[in-house]
Amino acid sequence: MSTNKETTPVNVDAYLGLNKYEVDEGNPHIELAPNPDMAQFMELVRVCPAGLYRVSPDGQQSADFAGCLECGTCRIVAQGGAVAVWRFPAAMMGIEYRYG
Amino acid sequence: MADFDAIVIGSGCAGPVAAHELAARGKSVLVVERGNYCGAKNVSGGRLYTHALADVFPDFLEDAPLERRVVRERISMLAPESGVMVEFTDEQMRRPGVESYTVLRAKFDPWLASKAEAAGAEYINGIPVEKLLKTGDRVTGVKAGDDEITAEVVLLCDGVNSLLAEQAVGAPRPARSSVAVGVKQVIELPERVISDRVACADGEGAAWLFMGDPTHGRVGGGFLYTNKESISIGIVATVADMVDSDVAIPQMLEDFKNHPAVAPVIAGGTVVEHSGHLVAEGGYDAMPALVGDGVMLAGESAMMCLNAGYTVRGMDLAIAAGMHAGRSAADALDAGDTSAAGLAGYVKALDGSFVMNDLRTLRHFPDFMEHTPRMFGTYPDMAAQMMRKVFLVDGSGMKPMRKVMWPMIKKVGLLNLARDARKGMKAV
Repeated sequence: MSTNKETTPVNVDAYLGLNKYEVDEGNPHIELAPNPDMAQFMELVRVCPAGLYRVSPDGQQSADFAGCLECGTCRIVAQGGAVAVWRFPAAMMGIEYRYG
Repeated sequence: MADFDAIVIGSGCAGPVAAHELAARGKSVLVVERGNYCGAKNVSGGRLYTHALADVFPDFLEDAPLERRVVRERISMLAPESGVMVEFTDEQMRRPGVESYTVLRAKFDPWLASKAEAAGAEYINGIPVEKLLKTGDRVTGVKAGDDEITAEVVLLCDGVNSLLAEQAVGAPRPARSSVAVGVKQVIELPERVISDRVACADGEGAAWLFMGDPTHGRVGGGFLYTNKESISIGIVATVADMVDSDVAIPQMLEDFKNHPAVAPVIAGGTVVEHSGHLVAEGGYDAMPALVGDGVMLAGESAMMCLNAGYTVRGMDLAIAAGMHAGRSAADALDAGDTSAAGLAGYVKALDGSFVMNDLRTLRHFPDFMEHTPRMFGTYPDMAAQMMRKVFLVDGSGMKPMRKVMWPMIKKVGLLNLARDARKGMKAV
């Protein structure tokens, strides 16, 4: 089934801005492999609930993990591939859910 | 001599209950929780069936931070522009032991942790456990930050995304087909407005699952739970199917919120949090070993979660597993044997409980969902088409029902319909 109705593009950054984080500047807890395979990177674009994995119109891959929700979905999909390292943020760092 | 009788990793639902049972038996217990406060890293849909909680804390209603008692069960099949809903309400939903309540984990988990602390468990918050200490095959403690702390038994209650289960019992990273990705928002609205929108009294509310359009036909569904002064709304989609979806999951949630059957329920609300979580959906066959030498697994670290389509349960399983794990660990400590053989009482107790019974009963449901894509697209669309024929009147003249319905059934194929119905009945 495909639904081709008009949709409102989600502004996921605005939503992440509502969350509380302790950001560990310069020490991301997820590290990408060099030159990740594009097909697998696109899988990450689709499954990340924070929309952190992005591909620009000219095909540049990027991911900023400061807004990570620490769910681990990208670890399931791509550890050992596009995702080289997946660990939990360091002590006291990362998301702090106030509702959960 | 170990530093503690027991170390519990993680303070969600299983962890604090296990710690409470151990401390109540006079054992020294340390709980290591990576959130700065308990609940800081935890997300659920969510609705808690209270029967397991009542077994451990019979007076929980006095002070547990529960949101609303669920008295309306709703299931909707959504097509892009329409929805067909079934609602069930019953006085029995107010019966002790059957009652279920919506919860927000950042409020609920600190309360549960406080019960363990009151019983004598010690807590360290804000530090993730990096790895388990092992001597040969035996788990002997944990490494957290710069500290190495030892115990006679370590309980892994660190959730679905456990980075330690492999080291503990050799459990591999879960397969794409045995986990689903969840995305959720909490949307604040005045208490009375929420009550009115789901036709409930204050203090009571709805649990509402959706299939079809919310996942754009992918394996999964949408959910909506009413809290006291907020609504939890989200999407859960099986990772194996989601990876080649046309639409990314944050956009799915946005579209779901804008669906004409959903938008009026959350209209005027303020989004206050955007969360994500993995859901263990592989069921019985995806579970790892529950004990090893010096180590036990309880809750979602052992993939204890049930998705029956019409309801999703994890927290009551985790609470019951935590209770049995704590009690069996205390027995093993008393007997002086915390090897896998010494801890086998946990496996036996769990096996005789509703936890393994229900997981076994639904053993074939994950496979049914994965291999019956019509459930998520064709059938919700068909239901919508049928309802249009039944309910929309434009003066063009009624046709006999059999003539209206038959072409639609033929389109799917009577054999396919019968086959899916039979598979579905067998799976639940």
